[in-house]
Amino acid sequence: MTRELIVHRAGPGVTVQDLGRPGYLAFGLSRGGAADRLALAEGAALLGQGADLAAVEMAGMGGEFEAGEDLRIALTGAPMRAAIDGARVAWNASHFLPSGARLSIGAVEAGSYGYLHLGGGLDCAPVLGARGAHLAAGIGAPLEPGARLPVGKDSGSGGTGMVLDPAPRFDGGTLRILPSLQTDFFDPAETRRFESIAFRRDTRGNRMGVRLLPDGDGFHSSAGLSVLSEVIVPGDVQITGDGTPYVLLSECQTTGGYPRIGTVLPVDLPRVAQAQAGATLRFRFVTLDEAVGIERQEQSHRAGLRKDLQPLIRDPRRIPDLLSYQLVSGVTAGDD
Amino acid sequence: MQTSTDTSWPRIRTAGFDGFLVSFGDRLSEPANRAALAFRDAVDRAGWDEVQETSTSLVSAYLRFDPLAQDHAQVHSWLAALLEDTDWYDAPLPEGRRLWRVPTVFGTDLAPQLEEVADLAGHSPEAAIEAISQTRVRVQTIGFAPGMPYLGELGEEWDIPRQTGLTARVPEAGLCVAIRQLVLFPVATPTGWRQIGQTAFRLFRPESDTPFVLRPGDEVLFQPVERDALDSLRVEADGGAVSEAIE
Repeated sequence: MTRELIVHRAGPGVTVQDLGRPGYLAFGLSRGGAADRLALAEGAALLGQGADLAAVEMAGMGGEFEAGEDLRIALTGAPMRAAIDGARVAWNASHFLPSGARLSIGAVEAGSYGYLHLGGGLDCAPVLGARGAHLAAGIGAPLEPGARLPVGKDSGSGGTGMVLDPAPRFDGGTLRILPSLQTDFFDPAETRRFESIAFRRDTRGNRMGVRLLPDGDGFHSSAGLSVLSEVIVPGDVQITGDGTPYVLLSECQTTGGYPRIGTVLPVDLPRVAQAQAGATLRFRFVTLDEAVGIERQEQSHRAGLRKDLQPLIRDPRRIPDLLSYQLVSGVTAGDD
Repeated sequence: MQTSTDTSWPRIRTAGFDGFLVSFGDRLSEPANRAALAFRDAVDRAGWDEVQETSTSLVSAYLRFDPLAQDHAQVHSWLAALLEDTDWYDAPLPEGRRLWRVPTVFGTDLAPQLEEVADLAGHSPEAAIEAISQTRVRVQTIGFAPGMPYLGELGEEWDIPRQTGLTARVPEAGLCVAIRQLVLFPVATPTGWRQIGQTAFRLFRPESDTPFVLRPGDEVLFQPVERDALDSLRVEADGGAVSEAIE
């Protein structure tokens, strides 16, 4: 037996992802990493391990996987239909995947990016210090049938059979946004309109960013098309030549010349990445002080994920070998 | 702290939630570019624990930090103090610079926007090729895509805005122009810049010990070659490009 995850089938957007590779920004390589970093934190909490371990990210569609030896797994992010050897298993939960068992993961039921985490994490060879695929840079590639991904030693805690209640982020909503370097290129009336109207997520979107369709006219700045290229950070909302906004995500370019009307807070980026085509998104400007408070709250939310786990309550009708379970251990006469 | 109404340079502004940008101008100039490169180097050497990453753009130095560990005001004050240290516009260029000669097919079916660009610059296509290929351009920053240089500065007639619509795909190693600058794309990409040439120069080699080939301060001459030469250049090391140290 080999400690690996075997890929038998994979949707077109299934990649290895982690927290990305910081340190190469000056060379034009953005950090990249999971589109929904909160999902990595949730997976880490479920398996009692670090959020820096690599997992499988599945855009829109999952795949079929097999464990080379007994593995603990967790499923987070956009809920997808999942089964182990044909028996439905819960999303946002940790499970035992025995050696040779088949894990089938279908299409998303809400949201865009689902995650499969392994106890011990994926242990593929790092490239430039990280394991995550950076498709825009040509680092790594979507997983193909037949791929065998090494899995690290599982030193996590918590066993399996735990579930968490995920922060809602799969159907659009309001994005909190900070003024950026270039917000002043836009007339105040335009920024007010930007805050007041609704946007629909376009079908065009990937790990680099998502396009939003305004409910009304496009947006135009005084800067036009001759702005000097300037630093881009994930979350920047760039207004392209035709007036439509793009929210830039983890795999974005590092510099760019389209004016940016603001920057979505890191805490709200999972909401952007997870919005399905057609989902409604709105923007609300916040101050830097408010942003610090919001991010601090998110930090403590993530730190507390592990203590909020609940045992997965299994429906006895779905346990085919119910009678083989020892159901009464620990029960005593009550006089101890 | 949001000093965006300030009109003097240099200027310290927040960039997103967890970054600061120190900008030395809003137009490209050689002193501002040198200042940005030198200032970023100084931030790196300062070794502030809370700083997680630094980079430069054409005229700015960027740093990312953890605002939950160190507040914005403190990092702002460090940057302001560092700015006072010296006249950054007078900083020298980085050391170890090289001159690269990169064989380039101008125009043809490989770079179909050459004529349009020449027209916008008020040149014939031939004169445009001559003007660009004889201009020694400098790597002002690496950015957008891995290993991708912004090169400048071209003469004023090349102050051409980006296109309103995007070109769906410029191939890897394509040479494009806008706003008195050239860019050479390391990966195929959609872009608002107009393509005028095609090279065989691989700028990003993730499998190599030197994944990023060009460095800020390097200079480049794009030397015209015939359309037919490109295939053989593609099998050569560096796509036929050669470099020498700049003394």
